[in-house]
Amino acid sequence: MSKVSEIMESMEYGPAPEDASAVRDWLRERGSFGHFIAGRFTRPGETFATRDPSTGEELAQVTQGTARDIAKAVRAARRAQRGWAAMPGHDRARFLYAIARTIQKRERFLSVLETLDNGKPIRESRDIDVPLVVRHFYHHAGWAELLESEFPGHLALGVCGQIIPWNFPLLMLAWKVAPALAAGNTVVLKPAEYTPLTALAFAEICAHVGLPAGVVNIVTGDGETGNALVQAPVDKIAFTGSTEVGRGIARALAGSGKRLTLELGGKSPFVVMEDADLDAAVEGVVDSIWFNQGQVCCAGSRILVAESVAGRFETLLRARMEKLRLGAPLDKSTDVGAIVDPVQKARILSILDRATAAGAELVGGDAAPGCFIAPGYLRNIAPANPGMIEEIFGPIATLSTFRTPDEAVELANNTRYGLAASVWSESATVATDLAARIKAGVVWVNCANTFDAAAPFGGVRDSGYGREGGREGMLDYLSVPVSAPRETAPAGIIPAEGQAIDRTVKLYIGGAQKRPDGGTSYAAQDELIPLGNRKDIRNAVEAAQSALAKWQGLGGHGRAQVLYFLAENLAQARAEFAGYASVDEVDAVIRRCFFYAGFADKYDGATVSARPGHLCHVQPEPHGVMGLIAPNAAPLAGFMSLVLPAIAMGNAVVAIPAQDRPMAALTLAKVLACSDVPGGVVNIVTGPRDALATALAAHDGVSAIWHAGQGEGVAEVQRTAADTLIPVWTPGPRDWGDLHAQGREFLRAASRTKTIWLPYGALPAGTGSAAY
Amino acid sequence: MERKNPGTDFRLDWFENIAINTPAAERRAASLSARRSLKKEWQAAWLLNAVRCIDLTTLSGDDTADRVARLCAKARQPVDAGQLAALGGEGLTTGAVCVYPTMVAAAKRALQGTAIPVASVATGFPAGLMPLDLRLAEIRYALDQGADEIDIVISRALVLRAGWAALYDEICEMREACGAARMKAILATGELKTLTNVAKASHVAMQAGADFIKTSTGKEPVNATLPVSLVMLRAIRDYRDRTGFAVGFKPAGGLRTAKDALNWQVLMAEELGRDWLRPDLFRIGASSLLADIERQLSHHVTGRYAAVHRLAAG
Repeated sequence: MSKVSEIMESMEYGPAPEDASAVRDWLRERGSFGHFIAGRFTRPGETFATRDPSTGEELAQVTQGTARDIAKAVRAARRAQRGWAAMPGHDRARFLYAIARTIQKRERFLSVLETLDNGKPIRESRDIDVPLVVRHFYHHAGWAELLESEFPGHLALGVCGQIIPWNFPLLMLAWKVAPALAAGNTVVLKPAEYTPLTALAFAEICAHVGLPAGVVNIVTGDGETGNALVQAPVDKIAFTGSTEVGRGIARALAGSGKRLTLELGGKSPFVVMEDADLDAAVEGVVDSIWFNQGQVCCAGSRILVAESVAGRFETLLRARMEKLRLGAPLDKSTDVGAIVDPVQKARILSILDRATAAGAELVGGDAAPGCFIAPGYLRNIAPANPGMIEEIFGPIATLSTFRTPDEAVELANNTRYGLAASVWSESATVATDLAARIKAGVVWVNCANTFDAAAPFGGVRDSGYGREGGREGMLDYLSVPVSAPRETAPAGIIPAEGQAIDRTVKLYIGGAQKRPDGGTSYAAQDELIPLGNRKDIRNAVEAAQSALAKWQGLGGHGRAQVLYFLAENLAQARAEFAGYASVDEVDAVIRRCFFYAGFADKYDGATVSARPGHLCHVQPEPHGVMGLIAPNAAPLAGFMSLVLPAIAMGNAVVAIPAQDRPMAALTLAKVLACSDVPGGVVNIVTGPRDALATALAAHDGVSAIWHAGQGEGVAEVQRTAADTLIPVWTPGPRDWGDLHAQGREFLRAASRTKTIWLPYGALPAGTGSAAY
Repeated sequence: MERKNPGTDFRLDWFENIAINTPAAERRAASLSARRSLKKEWQAAWLLNAVRCIDLTTLSGDDTADRVARLCAKARQPVDAGQLAALGGEGLTTGAVCVYPTMVAAAKRALQGTAIPVASVATGFPAGLMPLDLRLAEIRYALDQGADEIDIVISRALVLRAGWAALYDEICEMREACGAARMKAILATGELKTLTNVAKASHVAMQAGADFIKTSTGKEPVNATLPVSLVMLRAIRDYRDRTGFAVGFKPAGGLRTAKDALNWQVLMAEELGRDWLRPDLFRIGASSLLADIERQLSHHVTGRYAAVHRLAAG
């Protein structure tokens, strides 16, 4: 029998290897790599090997970057930055366009190189990674062109240090480099030690298109090199990687004044409602946890399925899993390739061991020789099982059930992470409700792992902060300069009437005047001020948490009414502030109430042009409970400049007034109580500012902190918040009574975006649906 | 697994809650062709397999007995004999020929001495808008002419008006009229429009005893597509899981290139398994497809691309 007729019996697929000869020639010619600094490759220093994980074969030697290399790269970036930022946006756009074009022309080369270095299937690097890279540079060529008109008053940050992971090496580079360059920053980028090669190929592309020397610098190396970059005199660090490393970076940057965005781990829920198209959902699992060997931070790794359809779902899931082909990454028929490194493989297997030891049952997921692990899932798994808690970062999902939509949400949110979620339901009513309730930066309705340069991506909770993509992503590479504060003497303090009876001031928690837990006071402004402590902060955070549902349920219009009423009552209560605030300040606060009442229903999201056939909705959502540390200057206007935008957006706050001048804020408590501000929305705790602020930063129930102070107090809060991964915003000194102390910048800081994807289409392709 | 589908009672509950997510079906169909690649001998083997699954078809107003005879000759010898021998595929024929009822006799004559079945469309093909008794009579006529297989068309109006029980009854009568002959139910998916309609109609046809479900007549504005086929295959899978009966699938009217032939076979293998790559459970309704497959096979054997005029006409 001929081979052909044998195959007609078996109907096997046979090998279909992608040709790697061009890449191998390139590697051979280059030999070993130095860094790319100031527009040229340096001579290789001390090197280490980067390998093809599917075979263990060494691909190239790359240089271990030293602190000196980093310093040199940062200097090069600094020298280039002014000229790059001063260049007309149109010229920067031309460079980004040239990069996009060149990558497009080199897409096969880059796909093969990526697959060799990383182990991901060629189908993925060819059809997903590289096209998204190209898309990212095109999109940001547009932002470069439009920067002046779309971001008036914004400036580039300067030099950005960027540290990227190994799971999507070139794509993560694009996510970092494109917006930074579009905004006028220059960069020093450190690729992951396992996967430096496409970044080095990208460096050649930068040189090829004539990008000015020093605009993009690439320094290879391990975590030590990354650490040197964090310590270097840069203006921002952008990091994508593990939560633990992210914490370390946040700690290292505390008090430095450098900007930081973190895109960290995830354990994203994948919720299958009973009315879902189960086949579609199963394919969604394939695109989630069985994509890129499960090495995807936003992978829907916790499958939660309605009990009523769980049996059928699992049958279909298992059948589909068995069809996946594990094998050579360069083979065009491979679905699941190699884990990036033996270290990662061992890590995955150890989590699986612990998960099964704790009672879970592993279906599939067999380790194979080399860096391979077959796709699988853990069933019979409880919420406390390590397999359910820890990010496995391998091709293994968890499968568990829920009974009702509220339980689905509860289980979905039962995690320390909050990167992404996938929701499957044919009911728009149900799906959009779940999308709103699940705590995550990205929610995919009836799809999974869908990305686009116009769609902001990023997390909440332990998944980090900051967004990449679209307008939001650009804002993370821009700053709004603040005018210097006006140095004027506080004028026109409302004269105090003769005081007849002693005043008793208390903390304001949950809408009631509360004695401090410690039962002690301190003297300020001729009064005995309650000395709050850690437990008062705890109580205040709890009160704030219980107020959230009602406050957010009011909606923008409802909150606006409350803020107008607050303004009205402040006007009535001017005299109450006698001795504690100036007339100007009270008037400024009344105006500010109107300002944020006006904005409460107008700080909107957008539907962005991500992909045809997809509604991609980006909406600002309140953080939840915010901790606010008021400035010392302007005890009333400063305090309310923080409180008003925060509550206008639907947050509940725990606010710490100026330590030495707390009476204005405490007086305010009474006005709040009579203005329909629900109890718990604004909580006021007086006392030792730094200790209270640190207590807030150490509370996991706090989702964002604003610190209007400076110096060591801020540094300590940032150090503490590095562990809780609470974003800390530090609005700099300014005149708290004037227009610089209000506006969109405050509203943006009072919220974070959620990107909700919803593919639509009643009819299949070719039948006239608008979706195709 | 039973190869012959006896049908079941009408079971609305098996399909009434189906809701197909169309964008997801489109995504799956699009990624499927990118997930599998067939090269060299494997490509040749899969293309030859497609040839043996083709229902070589002529359904034109200008069909004549001689035209049908030429088609039948092509069905007997679909690929150049020398090249077929080089591939080890001696004796390979298409799966069937498919003609109008009045051409069945001519086809039978032309295929004498072969095992190639003759399929006849019936029931008022392509629109099906004839009185039921005439549609049933047409089936009996085709059988009387010697047809081995009957490709019936369903009443699209019953699908669009959700008259599922009536549709079931109609197809049951057709099934009965077909007797022992294999019955393929053409859903005319391009006129059902939504994938949910396609899925539900598939279930009704299978419950009524169809041996195959078939996408299209070839006369609708949109004929076989991968997403539509995906939905029908999943219906076949669900029916098999419930009853144990294997129902075949026949895409028709949309397959023109060798690449199409590979894509559809990959779809069959991935969604239903390799049993569904044999002519007893998979047919491709096509006419021009064969020429493109021949060209690819010829390239595989000779290393050069053949012009169409060098291939025997069908």
